[in-house]
Amino acid sequence: MDAILLQILNGLDKGSAYALIALGLTLIFGTLGVVNFAHGALFMIGAFCAVTLSKFLTLSFETVDPTKTDFLGQPLKVKTPYVEAWFGPDFGGALIDWAVPLSILFAIPVMITVGFVMERGLIKHFYKRPHADQILVTFGLAIVLQEIIKQVYGANPIPTPAPDAFRGSFDFGVLLGFDPSVIIYPYWRLVYFLFAAVIIGAVFAFLQFTTFGMVVRAGMADRETVGLLGINIDRRFTIMFGIAAAVAGLAGVMYTPINSPNYHMGMDFLVLSFVVVVVGGMGSLPGAVAAGFLLGILESFASMNEIKSLIPGIDQIIIYLVAIVILLTRPRGLMGRKGVMED
Amino acid sequence: MSNSKFTRRGVLKTGAVTGAGLALPTIFTASSASAFTNEPTGASVTLGFNVPQTGPYADEGADELRAYELAVEHLNGGGDGGMMNTFSSKALQGNGILGKKVEYVTGDTQTKSDAARASAKSMIEKDGAIMITGGSSSGVAVAVQGLCQEAGVIFMAGLTHSNDTTGKDKKANGFRHFFNAYMSGAALAPVLAKMYGNDRKAYHLTADYTWGWTQEESIVAATEALGWTTVNTVKTPLAQTDFSAYITPILQTDADVLVLNHYGGNMVNSLTNAVQFGLRDRIVNGKQFEIVVPLYSRLMARGAGENVKGIFGSTNWHWSLQDAGSQAFVKSFGTKYGFPPSQAAHTCYVQTLLYADAVERAGSFNPCAVAEALEGYDFDGLGNGPTHYRAADHQCFKDVLVVRGKENPTSEFDLLEVVEVTPRAQVEYAPDHPMFAGGSLGTCNPGA
Amino acid sequence: MLGLDKKDWTLLLIVAVLALAAPFILNPFPAGSELAQFNAGYPDLMQRFAIFGIFAIGFNILFGLTGYLSFGHAAFLGVGSYSAVWMFKLLSMNVVPAILLSMVVAALFSLLIGFVSLRRSGIYFSILTLAFAQMSFNLAYSVLTPITNGETGLQLTLDDPRILGASATADGSIPVTNLFGLEMRSTFELEIGAWLFQFNAGYYLCAVIMLLAFYAAMRIFRSPFGIMLRAVKSNQQRMTYTGLNPRPYTLAAFVISGMYAGLAGGLMASMDPLAGAERMQWTASGEVVLMTILGGAGTLLGPVLGAGFIKYFENIFSKINDNVLHGWFSFLPDGLEDLLVSIVHPFVGKGWHLTLGILFMLVVIFLPGGLIEGGQRIVRLFRKKKAPRGEDADHHPKETPHVAE
Repeated sequence: MDAILLQILNGLDKGSAYALIALGLTLIFGTLGVVNFAHGALFMIGAFCAVTLSKFLTLSFETVDPTKTDFLGQPLKVKTPYVEAWFGPDFGGALIDWAVPLSILFAIPVMITVGFVMERGLIKHFYKRPHADQILVTFGLAIVLQEIIKQVYGANPIPTPAPDAFRGSFDFGVLLGFDPSVIIYPYWRLVYFLFAAVIIGAVFAFLQFTTFGMVVRAGMADRETVGLLGINIDRRFTIMFGIAAAVAGLAGVMYTPINSPNYHMGMDFLVLSFVVVVVGGMGSLPGAVAAGFLLGILESFASMNEIKSLIPGIDQIIIYLVAIVILLTRPRGLMGRKGVMED
Repeated sequence: MSNSKFTRRGVLKTGAVTGAGLALPTIFTASSASAFTNEPTGASVTLGFNVPQTGPYADEGADELRAYELAVEHLNGGGDGGMMNTFSSKALQGNGILGKKVEYVTGDTQTKSDAARASAKSMIEKDGAIMITGGSSSGVAVAVQGLCQEAGVIFMAGLTHSNDTTGKDKKANGFRHFFNAYMSGAALAPVLAKMYGNDRKAYHLTADYTWGWTQEESIVAATEALGWTTVNTVKTPLAQTDFSAYITPILQTDADVLVLNHYGGNMVNSLTNAVQFGLRDRIVNGKQFEIVVPLYSRLMARGAGENVKGIFGSTNWHWSLQDAGSQAFVKSFGTKYGFPPSQAAHTCYVQTLLYADAVERAGSFNPCAVAEALEGYDFDGLGNGPTHYRAADHQCFKDVLVVRGKENPTSEFDLLEVVEVTPRAQVEYAPDHPMFAGGSLGTCNPGA
Repeated sequence: MLGLDKKDWTLLLIVAVLALAAPFILNPFPAGSELAQFNAGYPDLMQRFAIFGIFAIGFNILFGLTGYLSFGHAAFLGVGSYSAVWMFKLLSMNVVPAILLSMVVAALFSLLIGFVSLRRSGIYFSILTLAFAQMSFNLAYSVLTPITNGETGLQLTLDDPRILGASATADGSIPVTNLFGLEMRSTFELEIGAWLFQFNAGYYLCAVIMLLAFYAAMRIFRSPFGIMLRAVKSNQQRMTYTGLNPRPYTLAAFVISGMYAGLAGGLMASMDPLAGAERMQWTASGEVVLMTILGGAGTLLGPVLGAGFIKYFENIFSKINDNVLHGWFSFLPDGLEDLLVSIVHPFVGKGWHLTLGILFMLVVIFLPGGLIEGGQRIVRLFRKKKAPRGEDADHHPKETPHVAE
């Protein structure tokens, strides 16, 4: 029982990452009709916003400590971050400690700008082109973006820990009447789940309850008619691209304390998030979110020892197996519309 | 810079042009033309450095490449000579190898066996490389070793830790200086027993491919021999990035040690996740829960940040060693590049020197002569103390380091502290040990 | 003759000449010169050109004609390699049975996957094939290790049975692959002046098979079956209304292109008897998609060009290191030399992915029809006056392939 509860928690957590990426992906597809293979790269850039900010905050000047020596036997150069020197070790230290949450503020404008530039500079010219061309050009872009990050930050993962306050884990077991330290869950993963829930809710609310969102939804359903009504749908779609980029970027920022970011984390998520989008149904926002959580939870269950001993290697293939079963039983995924991305 | 690149063929050709300038057909099938593959005939000799330059191990590959460039510089008489001064053999003169200037070509393995073989083949077929070295995974090492055996050149393995490289997949043309999973177990287990007691219950998470399996087997055998029990061994997919679903089941067991048979990115993530889930704060059976990472890579461990503190593991070599060889190497590497070398850099540098030395001693580049000179060779002064290249399986035997994540690092490189230098005798095994059985060296192949 | 018209004959002849003279054409620079770095005329890379050419030709039969974008074709190549290596291990080192078996196994495997996947179209089809291929890769890497040897790849050993051959040669090595005694690795070297040309038996086998494959693809393109496949792409609904069931046609195309992939895999193992699981990874499937679209999907020659382009980058650009760069620019004053090296440095050697990514983008943005269109534009520049636009439709993809729309 407690094992099952824990795996549901794990699945929700993993699912929220899938859902956030898939949400942006399907948003772009639904509004612009573009298959964006660079979406994983946006997630990665978001994560590296956090890395950049924490590097920036820990920019240091060197002082020589003659009492210690470095690996060559010369006097050790001790690094002190500027922020600690300016604001004192307490406040400066706290700034460095809170680098990841602070990066949210930094990442939003960066990601929206990246999104705008990408849409106006490149994607715009591919609306009328076949999907294969869109896939190829965005795939090329994804490679270019990740190679640039690699040249700047190297290939190895870079640790970006959560603030001290969130480092421990929370004992669910006690809350639910189990023995202590049987069902524990790290605080940061709970934060991630709540954060994902808020973002997903905000995107839905934005589309549902604002005039802007209404027009965008109308545009998703029938772009031409909305255009004929004299509404500049293109400009709105550009803004939606910026929002989708920001969603992916924020998912990346908040993910950094869970796993140290590296340059290929976007590619790692790309295929999975495509599977999620398709299982959910192309262009369906609720479908993407539902499929994200569904696949996350199933993946967690498949990695349980009891299930692995029944079907060896099931955790290696579960996601793909589920995708096949769903696509064969429900032709357009969980909530896909007819006629989208067929023919 | 004025060191333009002359390949062996280039020099060969310029000679030919001036002479004839007409077609000189020669058939390069078995036993014709030259005595062995890519026999150097000009004033230089070409070595092939095949390292991962793209993909997740690119940073380790870059460090290996630095070490190779340093080795070439030293062989050609440049720099401060590094470990050539401390090496017990004095055959190397700093005038290249057998008087020929050392040139090199580089390639990208992408950490894929196909790409690695393609790259090695182009070095052999196009650039005339006489020796191939490098690699940062066992899959690649075994694949390239097989290729070099077929092509008739020497392979000096870089970072490869699987028992198979000098076990069931050993080849007469391949040599490994790096230690292996068995040695990790043999060195680590006594230290673990001393630190954590003889009645521990271990839970293994293992990368689900050959290297992971051999390491799991080795650690399980070594720890069980000292009284530990193994609660469970769970395989994790290679592509896994989030290990939470594999870590939470540990909370349901009475295991009090977690062994992570992961390397590289897998290791960084699984260790980070395990610490996140508070495993290190747990008390089970009245004992503090502990995590062990049998194979450490300092470069990668940086990615796990503070989480490595206090975690035991083993490594082939560490820059903080105080012997003359290690010191000389750290000094010359650190002066050139500004940071200390990794264990991958060390093993690659040493392999290059060992190859050059073997050629000098054999007096020939012929792979069979080189192999003979390396087999059963005893040397010292290259870090790790007195070392023996065993003839039976082409594995080096030397001291192994047990290390622990440092509590108070003084710099970003100061991540690990050496807990124990396990003497060579303790990690030796018979060539027909069951973990290494199957396969045979075959006979040395000079190609051509 | 042989069912081809004059234009096709010319094309086939051009390809044949290019393929057979490749050792000359790909080695334009003298062996000792600084530019020798760019020579591609060595056996391994030429073999790869031919093999990936076959792979891409086959992929194009499915994608170029029917518009079905498979993201799992690497699985068939991988299965082909595994069966070929098993043939070398169990039967003999002759490449003929190995290649035949690899085609048969790949055909069966693609029949199975195609039968299931073709129940859906568009991106749903793509994801289904991707899912099957990724499952094959993940299992081959881990659980199926007894068959595939997992991470290390399936290799020959000295104690393989090899019923119709020897387990080991007289001097104790593993025997090499051959075609009725002709060793695949044997190379004839020709020196003319400063140039060195290598004629490799394995390459010529690959080249001849590629020509056959090219000819077969040509026949398929021109046949009624090919027209049927085009009908599937342009309007499947209309086809259904006329009482034709498109499924058998698409399935046949899927299996044929699967067999091409298996053939490529078998050849790969014949040239170098090792089969690794990475051959089945989604990135490998993506690579053949890139090759085909980059060269020009739906054209006959395009996929071969695309394959050559990508393999050239992978093998040549990745080997340019700083040392080589300094060699190139050594005639310049030191300051300028270092500046140029530092400018070029990020794009070669370990940065070859970056260059490839940029080139992809440039080609896709400016040449929607792929490299073939680039070639046509150049040709058109030269004969602007005449030549009305009615060239061969296959070489002029006005209607760009509508994948999954």
